[in-house]
Amino acid sequence: MSALFILIGISLMVAASFLAAFIWSVGNGQYDDDYTPSVRMLFDNEPKEAGSEKKS
Amino acid sequence: MQVEKFYYDNRIVKNFAYATILWGVVGMLVGLYAALQLVFPSLNVTQYGTFGRLRPLHTNAVIFAFVGNGIFMGVYYSLQRLLKARMYSDLLSKIHFWGWQLIIVAAAITLPLGLTNGAEYAELIWPIDIAITVIWVVFGWNMFATIIKRREKHLYVAIWFYIATLVTVAVLHIVRSIELPYSWLHSYTWYAGVQDALVQWWYGHNAVAFFLTTPYLGLMYYFLPKAANRPVYSYRLSIIHFWSLIFLYIWAGPHHLLYTALPNWAQSLGIVFSIMLIFPSWGGMINGLLTLRGAWDRVRDDVVLKFMVVAVTAYGMATFEGPMLSLKNVSAIAHYTDWIVAHVHVGALGWNGMLTFGVIYWLIPRIFSTPLYSKKLAANHFWLGTLGIIFYAVPLYWAGFTQSSMWKEFTESGQLKYAFLETVTYMKPFYAMRSLGGTLYLIGACLMVYNVYKTAKAGKLVADEAAEAAPMIKEEARHKGEHWHRWIERKPMQMMILALVVILIGGAIEIIPTFLVQSNVPTISSVKPYTPLELQGRDIYVREGCYTCHSQMIRPFRSETERYGEYSKAGEFVYDHPFQWGSKRTGPDLARSGTGNLKKSDGWHFRHFREPSSMSEGSIMPPYAFMLTQELDTSSTAAKINAMRTLGVPYADGFELTANEHLLQQATGIVNNLKADSIRISPTKEVIALIAYIQRMGTDISKQKNN
Repeated sequence: MSALFILIGISLMVAASFLAAFIWSVGNGQYDDDYTPSVRMLFDNEPKEAGSEKKS
Repeated sequence: MQVEKFYYDNRIVKNFAYATILWGVVGMLVGLYAALQLVFPSLNVTQYGTFGRLRPLHTNAVIFAFVGNGIFMGVYYSLQRLLKARMYSDLLSKIHFWGWQLIIVAAAITLPLGLTNGAEYAELIWPIDIAITVIWVVFGWNMFATIIKRREKHLYVAIWFYIATLVTVAVLHIVRSIELPYSWLHSYTWYAGVQDALVQWWYGHNAVAFFLTTPYLGLMYYFLPKAANRPVYSYRLSIIHFWSLIFLYIWAGPHHLLYTALPNWAQSLGIVFSIMLIFPSWGGMINGLLTLRGAWDRVRDDVVLKFMVVAVTAYGMATFEGPMLSLKNVSAIAHYTDWIVAHVHVGALGWNGMLTFGVIYWLIPRIFSTPLYSKKLAANHFWLGTLGIIFYAVPLYWAGFTQSSMWKEFTESGQLKYAFLETVTYMKPFYAMRSLGGTLYLIGACLMVYNVYKTAKAGKLVADEAAEAAPMIKEEARHKGEHWHRWIERKPMQMMILALVVILIGGAIEIIPTFLVQSNVPTISSVKPYTPLELQGRDIYVREGCYTCHSQMIRPFRSETERYGEYSKAGEFVYDHPFQWGSKRTGPDLARSGTGNLKKSDGWHFRHFREPSSMSEGSIMPPYAFMLTQELDTSSTAAKINAMRTLGVPYADGFELTANEHLLQQATGIVNNLKADSIRISPTKEVIALIAYIQRMGTDISKQKNN
């Protein structure tokens, strides 16, 4: 059953590293601009002269 | 800065949209037909149209053809606009489109012919598996090349979901498809028994996660804000949603195998991660629904939003139910019943179906530059679809719970109260009601076909839609003090590798130990390889899709050991390529059909295969009379024995040369048994091999007991 212990060990390590990365990122204010992208995607940058002209 | 002018490719979006609609209707039609077969078994006509062959056709059609094309439709539309770039290569787009349609056609031909790998949602034979891999790479190449030449530096959350989908599906498909071909159309899966089961449900559950969920979450994060014309409720939540979801999902597979012969620790691991999954899932659902905060009045008028609200709500319900079903005590009730069928249809009809319809109604008028032909028809579609889901799911929830309770009920004297068949005939009204729900849903989809046809006819496809944007400034270095997540968002390759690593760690930790550690499969000395005749019979069992209705896994409950015999052990399945534990008991478990309480004579099986209802009145099993006349293909025996030996089955050297003699000898024995029962048949008919396999199942263990 050694696989069980190896497995738990690796799982905990992986989980802990992700948790650490998450806590660090929040504490460091990683997600400062977490608004602009959500608004930017609403605009499709159509050319001003014609909404949807055809290519040649 | 100089603004660049470029064109979005709308033709590829249109093609995928049409394919989505076409295969959607086909897939639903096959599903409805299969549902009706459970009410009217006489609908099982010819060997090509039995439930066992149509059910894989239905599941593959709706998952890979309907939802698959739906993913590509949405990705090709949104990816170009989010990246401010045309797809990298029109040729790759075309190869992707036609390649995928060819794969679907190949599936639609091979599955009714009984060409199958015998693993749920991975039934397609090995040449098609290779084609899928190639086309998937084409899709990935096109997508990443577009990401690299993009004009918008920031990768919007939807794109992350697409990347995770691309990478994970590739890994899942390859690992699940490792098989050993023994002819141009046939192969055996590399894994056996418990290992095969673990790989299967690691794959199966992640097909749900990374084919039906993550790409559609990407679509939700693009099309819902677009349709509502307001930003997603919380962009920050979407980032957390993404990372936590992909990390947790990859571990959840073993919840499909609770109380089976899978090692207990693997079951527990699956349960823990399944329960945790509710947090990212509901985070995503809340993020979707709250995007409409302050705009709920528009849901009343806008049919696109209506579809999307029901889709996201269905996602929320299915992802609440999922963790609940992963609890052992709930699984004990729900597993093998129609409860699971109801659960997946809330996901498929509700989440995938309704979101697809919403996207189609939003996108078709835009690429055809004309208003939707009829909002009223679309609204009718919405109500038919929503009612269809309710009429589909509610009867099956009821049926599943009731049937499970009947299976488990004992009389006061300690006998099982109901014969299995009694619980089947009790299901019929529920199956009929479910078919009604499916019919409503299908009628709704047909209204959409007409509506889209009229819309497309009224407008003209804007094949190349003009757009302009400034080119991206090349900025490779990471700014001092810049946030790592913003940096990685600009780096698609690094992003892909990171996602791959996250996923591989999860998969590897679960799978590698079971391969390495022998103790996971306790060897039972009395378990012997199948005889050539049994092996041929087993392959017929796989070919006919018997696993779609019969399990081969007795759980350690008194209600099951009383009905079927000794509970199943991991060591009994070491020679099973592929494993056939099944996931649904429309018919009884067969793990001990050759011994135990359900043992029947050869003559009984012969008559039962010819006409099931003649032996079990009210049976809904399809008749298999064609096996009484169809010759067994003994020319493949040697190749099968050789392939099995390569996979580790201990057949003696040279056994393949005498295998057919052995086969004929055993078949003659069965023919003599049948003769005593006044049945005359030649020993080389398919039914003989299948009877041999049915009579073999579960006997190894009882030999051990007798010793």
